[in-house]
Amino acid sequence: MAILEAKGLEAWYGPVKALHGVDFEVGDGGVTAVLGANGAGKTTILRAISGLIRRAGAIRFRGRPIGALATEDIARLGIAHVPDGRGTFVDLTVEENLRLGAYVRADRQAVREDFDRAFGLFPRLAERRRQQAGTLSGGEQQMLAIARALLMRPSLLMLDEPSFGLAPLVVAEIFRALGGINREEGVSLLIVEQNASLALDLADHAVLIETGAVALSGPSPAIRDNEAVRRAYLGY
Amino acid sequence: MSEFLHLLGSGLALGGIYAIMALALVMIYQATQLINFAQGEMAMFSTYVAWKLMDSGWPYWRAFAATVIVSFIGGLIIERVVVRPFARAPILTSVIVSIGLAFVFNALAGYLYGYSVVSFDSPFGDRPLFGSGYMSAHEAGAVLVSLCVLVVVYAFFRFTPLGLAMRAAAQNPVSSRLVGIRVGWMLALGWGLAAAIGSIAGMMAAPIVYLDPNMMFGILLYAFAGAVLGGIDNPFGAAFGGFAVGVMENLVGAYVVGPEVKLTVALAIIIAVLVWRPSGLFGRRLVARV
Repeated sequence: MAILEAKGLEAWYGPVKALHGVDFEVGDGGVTAVLGANGAGKTTILRAISGLIRRAGAIRFRGRPIGALATEDIARLGIAHVPDGRGTFVDLTVEENLRLGAYVRADRQAVREDFDRAFGLFPRLAERRRQQAGTLSGGEQQMLAIARALLMRPSLLMLDEPSFGLAPLVVAEIFRALGGINREEGVSLLIVEQNASLALDLADHAVLIETGAVALSGPSPAIRDNEAVRRAYLGY
Repeated sequence: MSEFLHLLGSGLALGGIYAIMALALVMIYQATQLINFAQGEMAMFSTYVAWKLMDSGWPYWRAFAATVIVSFIGGLIIERVVVRPFARAPILTSVIVSIGLAFVFNALAGYLYGYSVVSFDSPFGDRPLFGSGYMSAHEAGAVLVSLCVLVVVYAFFRFTPLGLAMRAAAQNPVSSRLVGIRVGWMLALGWGLAAAIGSIAGMMAAPIVYLDPNMMFGILLYAFAGAVLGGIDNPFGAAFGGFAVGVMENLVGAYVVGPEVKLTVALAIIIAVLVWRPSGLFGRRLVARV
């Protein structure tokens, strides 16, 4: 059963149409990677699902249509979106950023546990707890953004280019954490990534986007072995 | 010396009123990048509401509390009904709407309550405080009330989840939505809170400047000057600016030039500060990363 299904997803930035009928799914407990070149429409897909831009088409989360919901209602359903640029509240402290992740939750004990888990996953955040978020390094801000999303206790975590601008070691750490989150807590992942190799390692399913439409989709081993993908995106 | 202290005392009292209004202006500015030009008129209208209640026999503090609550609700409704429809319009449209709102409140107050000046009692009485000539009891009470308002608002924003959500919604509406915050309601609450504290400023000011529909115009101007002086994006800088303007107004009026020109000189001092520090004394320097 898919936790997220999109059929005929279209999206616009003002008058400009950016997605022309995209179909894809994220399996329940699975990891789907969205690959493609710059400007292909990968970020647009996440924004459309979150309701940040005008969209049309059928989007179902756990079978329930969400195409007409407001962004905050979609978030409250259990979809956590870590946007490109991380979307940290730069003027607030690390702790305040995390509290905002837990804002809509009422289960205080569970929230406390999630705080501990987040700091366990990213010890560097614990060290910088009272620091202003804008002063953290890029890697730390990415960790903060992911931790904040985790504090929402989402069923689906959507990440937009989590590796962007980060050193390879930091990226490896983050992807290791993401794998752990998926395996141990059953959080489904939808990852938009430029770094195709990294994404295909983590994902069980991948979708290749070109100029706002799906060019290829299938299980990651198939995508990875595809001749055209290897030449264009993996470099060999 | 005693004259100086007296000027300082009444300067702080007026300054406290400016500080509250400056805080209200900054709260809305931080959330919407707009100056609410109707803030003063809304406060004046609230003060009339209080006056009417007391005229009908309500005891002071009950009328005060009721006015604050009614103002909060009024501010909330105004945001949802009058301001929200223009959220996506050009900024100039919202400016015109807020100026229009100011005229509406002014005219409404004049129509309902007349344009003649009315006296408004202070809950603190008129006697000089401690029998000295430094400060009247009302002035001392006004400073105390202003400080209480500032502390309560600070504590609300700093220590409560709702305050945190409002700060987040003001700073980064998109990320706020992504964590499930209903940004629209946060804005409405901000307007409600600004209206509520504005009503307190009005009720503290009325015993000093007397109640009439144009009571708050000059006060709003000074509050605005105070907010800009302290830093329009820093709530507590703005409050400091309000106190500074209140004291400066009195000292300049007494020692430098007469009361006729004191507004001009006070504003000139503010302009001088801004030339040196455009973002205000405590404002954040705007550095754009390209």
